[in-house]
Amino acid sequence: MIEFEVNGETVTSDSPGDTPLLWVIRDELKLKGTKFGCGIAQCGACTVHLNGQATRSCVTPLAAVAGTSITTIEGLDSSEGDALKAAWVEAQVPQCGYCQSGQIMTAENLLKSNPNPTDEEITAFMTGNLCRCMSYTRIKKAIRAASGGES
Amino acid sequence: MKQQRTLTRRSFLASSAGTGLVMGLGAFLPGCSRESAVTEVAETGASASFSPVVWFDIDSEGNTLINIMRAEMGQHVGTALARIMADELGADWDRVSIKHVDSDPKWGYMVTGGSWSVVTSFTALSQAAAAGRIILIEAAATLMGVSADDCTARGGQVIAGDQSMSFGDIVSKGDVSRTFSDEELAAMPVKAAADRDLIGKPAKALDVDAKSRGEAVYGLDTELPNMVYAHPVIAPTRYGSVIESIDDSAAKEIPGYLQTLTVNDPSGFVQGMALVIAESFPAAMRATEAVQVSWTAGKTAEVSEDDILAEGAKLVNDPTSGTLFVNDGDAETAIANASSSMSSIYRTSTALHFTLEPQNALVEFDDDGVCHVHAGNQWQSLIIPVLAQSLGIEESQVVLHQYYLGGGFGRRLFGDQMIPAAHAARELGRPVKLIMTRPADSQFDCVRSPSVVRLEAAFDDSGELTALDHAAAAGWPTKSMAPGFLGAGVDGNGKFDGFSINGADTWYSIPNHRVRAINNELAQETFLPGWLRAVGPGWISWGVESFLDEVAAKRGVDPIEMRLAMLDAEGKHAGSGPHAVGGAARLRAILEDVRERSGWGRELPPGEGMGVAVSHGQERAMPTWTACVAHVAVDESGEIVVKKIWQTLDCGTRVHPDGAMAQAEGATLWGVSLALHEGTRFEDGHVKDRNLDSYTPLRMADVPELDIHFMESDEFPMGLGEPPLIAVAPAIGNAVFAASGRRARDLPIRLS
Repeated sequence: MIEFEVNGETVTSDSPGDTPLLWVIRDELKLKGTKFGCGIAQCGACTVHLNGQATRSCVTPLAAVAGTSITTIEGLDSSEGDALKAAWVEAQVPQCGYCQSGQIMTAENLLKSNPNPTDEEITAFMTGNLCRCMSYTRIKKAIRAASGGES
Repeated sequence: MKQQRTLTRRSFLASSAGTGLVMGLGAFLPGCSRESAVTEVAETGASASFSPVVWFDIDSEGNTLINIMRAEMGQHVGTALARIMADELGADWDRVSIKHVDSDPKWGYMVTGGSWSVVTSFTALSQAAAAGRIILIEAAATLMGVSADDCTARGGQVIAGDQSMSFGDIVSKGDVSRTFSDEELAAMPVKAAADRDLIGKPAKALDVDAKSRGEAVYGLDTELPNMVYAHPVIAPTRYGSVIESIDDSAAKEIPGYLQTLTVNDPSGFVQGMALVIAESFPAAMRATEAVQVSWTAGKTAEVSEDDILAEGAKLVNDPTSGTLFVNDGDAETAIANASSSMSSIYRTSTALHFTLEPQNALVEFDDDGVCHVHAGNQWQSLIIPVLAQSLGIEESQVVLHQYYLGGGFGRRLFGDQMIPAAHAARELGRPVKLIMTRPADSQFDCVRSPSVVRLEAAFDDSGELTALDHAAAAGWPTKSMAPGFLGAGVDGNGKFDGFSINGADTWYSIPNHRVRAINNELAQETFLPGWLRAVGPGWISWGVESFLDEVAAKRGVDPIEMRLAMLDAEGKHAGSGPHAVGGAARLRAILEDVRERSGWGRELPPGEGMGVAVSHGQERAMPTWTACVAHVAVDESGEIVVKKIWQTLDCGTRVHPDGAMAQAEGATLWGVSLALHEGTRFEDGHVKDRNLDSYTPLRMADVPELDIHFMESDEFPMGLGEPPLIAVAPAIGNAVFAASGRRARDLPIRLS
């Protein structure tokens, strides 16, 4: 039995310790906003926050999160997160939308550590998140808007 | 390629059944008179013998719900279609909502592809909504005691002088039962462009809010009580592999593992597949690694990309192969009599769809034996008969439940992943949720076929182009999945896949022009060829537009000037309305625009260059005009950096302008990705690159500056999801030549 926190609530799982956190979140906790894309930490669709740090849940074993605090897109309520979600709508970022939870979770970490990133800093931070619809120019625009920079 | 039209006799119907106004366009089934259908729909809102396509209803609060039968895969199609109807109806946009419907024969032919949705729906939806407006106005006029002629409908109100009445009040209090005949409906006038309130105006897409909060529900997110999970074990070949034995002794040590099934699919699309069943998906993944399956492999177990390309090269060089798609003038004689000629071979590598949501399906059989499939899908009317055949049940016993698609790009035009899930669900008597991990998704993908194209140009004494001969060989998606859609060759010599040759029928005036479409049978038997975004034109135009650049270079003329001269809009290139009104003249206009905006011809630093290409979108009968200029830098090692892309697009009316721009942005970057970043190879019967460690679609760091401009137009709206992709790769290749003097003839482009 592994105990940890998800979106502020204590949860437990008795799945094997090597179970990827992604599937515990999706199938045991029924939080479907976190997505499965590649399974090898290369697309970013599964990004959650582990003790505040953007983490690829598809390669994070359940055993590694014992006692930690996880935040998913459903529980993202920081001021940066709220600003990003609003900016995503304003800039009409999502197309198919499948990657966007992961994009927002990653972008929130960027703005937390760097409230006014340059375009180059946005690109460097975000380039690990694949958008198959290639909405990249709007992702960048929305992050700029949420950062209080150029909109 | 002609769009299928299913409605031959139609009548517009309204009824006040229930709490509001329900409106539909009916297609009558054989043996059912219009009168009885009208009576039945008026009494019940629908009936078994009548197939009403109920597009929208308005409740007593004035809320308008519009049913969307097209798949939402990022193109905001529901927003566009709803705005077409709401504009014509005079509805209050703030009270409009949409619903993406499940499969049902009443919707008619269900497909979302070919960039067809707006083109094929615009007139029918507008006329239906116009009929609805008339009904509302007549009812309101009676209630208000005024003449209908003095009424207008706008913003969810019918207005007459200083009186007004809301749609909600009208449907609550008024008489909204009326029918329209075929003739009335066909003659139904729709708003002039100048009178539109919503079409062409800014709007937020209706699907974006949920997608910005992680709340949108995709097929992968669906669950049913008591379901089990399934993961496939992919056979060594797409076809012909036979399972000899399955050893699951190691898998039995894995908690949650249940069993491994052998899939027997009479449709033939799923061959040699084993299906690992478990109580959780992680257990299914682990067990897939542990299960040992032995096959007698099919005959393509050693086929490589080089084998397929070599077969393609052999075919394009054999003048007896294929069937003629275009045969204007006498290319053979013109080439024989030419003063000079030139030819080149162009090739494209296998490309994956790589929808970020992997293929999945949740299937349950209900107590009546109806097969319920939960999965996002683009072509319900294609896969339902396949599922019915595979399962030995009636088509009426298959229902597809629709969800948001985590990427379509043509992959979800087929739903072959549903087949093993359905067989397993029936065999186990439990709902089965099949999910493909990424490597399985890539192996099972209906990839864009490798292609080989040969182009030959003939010139007279003065160097003028007298003939163009074009031969294109590839695997044909339509041949395997939808053979009824194959077209007949103009020489009577068999059939061709329009989706694998469209784009070769250019809008250039070429005195003698011949195009041969050839099926690469080795490709066909090695894998299931698929429709990938932009489909045939996506690789056909790579050859045509690159070769024209070679022709311009040989003739020593500017490639834009040469194209403009060939776009004389004469003869069959004059175009006709409503779709192709203006013809090649519109292509000429956007080419001139992009030349101006890109500063074409200006001095650039050494190692940099600009290239141009144009396209007419997916089909001549439905042209979306695109002109692209790429600016690239090529360093001494051969590394290519795309600095900027300009596109000028003319798609006629833009129903949802921001959605149009989003599609143009995404499709343009897809063009860059397929030009420089994406491609795989067949190796031993399967694609070699199956995940992002080696298959490398464009990332944010690779995005060039984009400058995309739409021509203002009130012409009939054309499709936009795919066309902006087409000209990008040849524009980049031509820019690479301008920058480096090195001619790229293979996609993806690799100089080093």
